[in-house]
Amino acid sequence: MNPAGALATLNNGVPISWYLTLSAVLFAIGVAGFLFRRNIITVFMCIELMLNAVNLSFVAFAHQHREVSGHIFTFFVMVVAAAEAAVGLAIILTVFKNRSTLNIDDVDTLKN
Amino acid sequence: MHKLWLIPALPFIGFLINGILGRKLPKAIINAVACGSVVLAFIWVVLVGMGCDWGATPLHAHYFTWIKSGVFNVGWDFSIDKLTMIMLMIVTGVGSLIHIYATGYMEHEEGYYRFFAYLNLFMYFMLTLVLAGNYLLLFVGWEGVGLCSYLLIGFYFVKKSATTAGNKAFIVNRIGDFGFSLAMFLIVVNFGTLDFRRVFAAAPGKPVEILTAIALLLLVGATGKSAQIPLYVWLPDAMEGPTPVSALIHAATMVTAGVYMCARSAVIFTHAPIAMETVAIIGLATAVFAATIGLAQNDIKKVFAYSTVSQLGYMFLGVGVGAFSAGIWHLMTHAFFKALLFLGAGSVIHACHGEQDMRHMGGLKKYAPITFWTLVCAALAIAGVPPFAGFWSKDAILTAAFAHAPWMYWVGVITAGMTAFYVWRAMFMTFFGEYRGHGHPHESPMSMWGPLAVLAVLSTVGGYFLNVPQMLSGMFPLPEEVPGESMLMIVSITAGGLGILIAWYMYVVNTALPEKITTSLGGLYTLVYNKYFVDEIYDATVVRPLIEGSTTVLWHAVDQGVIDGTVNGVGLESRRIGGVLKLIQSGNIRSYATWVVLGSVVLLLIMGFAGGVH
Repeated sequence: MNPAGALATLNNGVPISWYLTLSAVLFAIGVAGFLFRRNIITVFMCIELMLNAVNLSFVAFAHQHREVSGHIFTFFVMVVAAAEAAVGLAIILTVFKNRSTLNIDDVDTLKN
Repeated sequence: MHKLWLIPALPFIGFLINGILGRKLPKAIINAVACGSVVLAFIWVVLVGMGCDWGATPLHAHYFTWIKSGVFNVGWDFSIDKLTMIMLMIVTGVGSLIHIYATGYMEHEEGYYRFFAYLNLFMYFMLTLVLAGNYLLLFVGWEGVGLCSYLLIGFYFVKKSATTAGNKAFIVNRIGDFGFSLAMFLIVVNFGTLDFRRVFAAAPGKPVEILTAIALLLLVGATGKSAQIPLYVWLPDAMEGPTPVSALIHAATMVTAGVYMCARSAVIFTHAPIAMETVAIIGLATAVFAATIGLAQNDIKKVFAYSTVSQLGYMFLGVGVGAFSAGIWHLMTHAFFKALLFLGAGSVIHACHGEQDMRHMGGLKKYAPITFWTLVCAALAIAGVPPFAGFWSKDAILTAAFAHAPWMYWVGVITAGMTAFYVWRAMFMTFFGEYRGHGHPHESPMSMWGPLAVLAVLSTVGGYFLNVPQMLSGMFPLPEEVPGESMLMIVSITAGGLGILIAWYMYVVNTALPEKITTSLGGLYTLVYNKYFVDEIYDATVVRPLIEGSTTVLWHAVDQGVIDGTVNGVGLESRRIGGVLKLIQSGNIRSYATWVVLGSVVLLLIMGFAGGVH
């Protein structure tokens, strides 16, 4: 098997395109949920979904190219996601306390 | 060393004490500080004068390097020779007397300490000007005295006319100082230094054109400070200041700075014949012009103000015809008799409870005899009656003018006649006849008539005993003998005597005559009475176009149109664009999210069309 062929598939024979497709599908689901759902918590979860879709493609490429930087990016994204979860959940709690609603369309005081 | 720095430092300390603490000090201490510092400076000048051997080279003291830039080097240098010494004696001597006088004159005025602080500051700058060993330090003093002049003209700052007069003096002097600055730049470019010794040593070898340019620009500076045509207009208005200020600054010392500066730069002037001729003509023209205006003024201080302008013209005439020492001689005697005239006028005004119009005076001989007799000395001196001081110096200038060009002599003699006439007209209107004013006139206190008496003595004998050309014979050659000199002398004395006689006839014997002459002259009298409308002409030709141009072009067009237009335009345009952009700020999170997604899609598309990322 030539080196180019070795790179084309991962060790267990699953081609990289499958990983990328899965990543894209997950990301699209995240985007769709982000745009169309009204519940803040759902929106928030969709953001996490998009982040993890990106993580997946990072890891796939890192494995493909035998490079560690993809892993490192993943860790960074996870750290940021964790921080974001902490802050985001706190904001959601506060919004709910103050407005007794989780509908995202009601939170629009920054208009104009 | 002779501790030359002490001379200006003493008044400066006086200024600091009175300026900072004066508000809380009693008047006795303010008086002691103000007069004491100047009197001590005078004593120190005398001691320095006695301690010097007065060789050919001036005494030079370098205190510190002020500006150093490459080869250009300006030090805080004082230099003292006989010319400086004479000036120092005049400034501190007459200055002391006027300070003492002012303690009496200003007694009931608001801002007593402020007045003396300014006066001491003036002394500091004037002494710096005179002692300076280079042009830049001279310029420091030059500007400093201008500042003090401005402050003191506007001393009664609640009076609109006083502040306007102060502004006028300051602004008109800016024109002269501009010329002075240009002269200094030319000196630096051509000589590489501003130091008097090096400039004067190198001057004879320089091209005539450059020396002429420098001399003419220096003359522009001198016409501003010394109130010569065309920049004399500020001096008559400067009489808004308190009378001691008029005596000290606008008669005896500051206004003579231009004459001093020309005499100091004698080496440059003597090598620039065209400039010399210009100095003489400007001096002569000013002398005649101001004298004719003086004939028709009714305000006693205005008469003496125009007389000062006229006498300064005489000094410039002396300098211009090469008789530098005669010019300085007249500077000195003029300091005596003109300071006396002004202080006497102040005493008269004091006696008449603030009245300055001579038509409301008269008969004061009876009420203020000391003032009268001292003023007689001054008036005889300025009229050129021998042996009073003014006779000697005026005669020296006129003789030198005759040797230079006889027509200048004759114009000078006519001016002398007019001078005698208007000064004695003022004397007769003030002291003779019946008192025409209100209230009860009274003699001034001793602190006022004491200095008058000293100055009267100086005005009487100061010309004969203090023979300046003799003292300065090492620096400036003695004037050459002119054939028929005694004849010239007799002519000028006759002119002076005639002036006095006519004044006596018109204002004592036949008091109806002036009225008749006034009406018969008609337009000519109006012209002279209104000072040839020079102020109005300047107003129409310079001031108004300047204001109009500044208003329409600089203010409305440039400032409001271009600058404000640009600044406001940027702001308005930003608001307009912002107004459009704010429409996408719906506050709806999902619409923001849509924008983000759309933006990313667009970016990705652009990147794709551009060939992707490599």
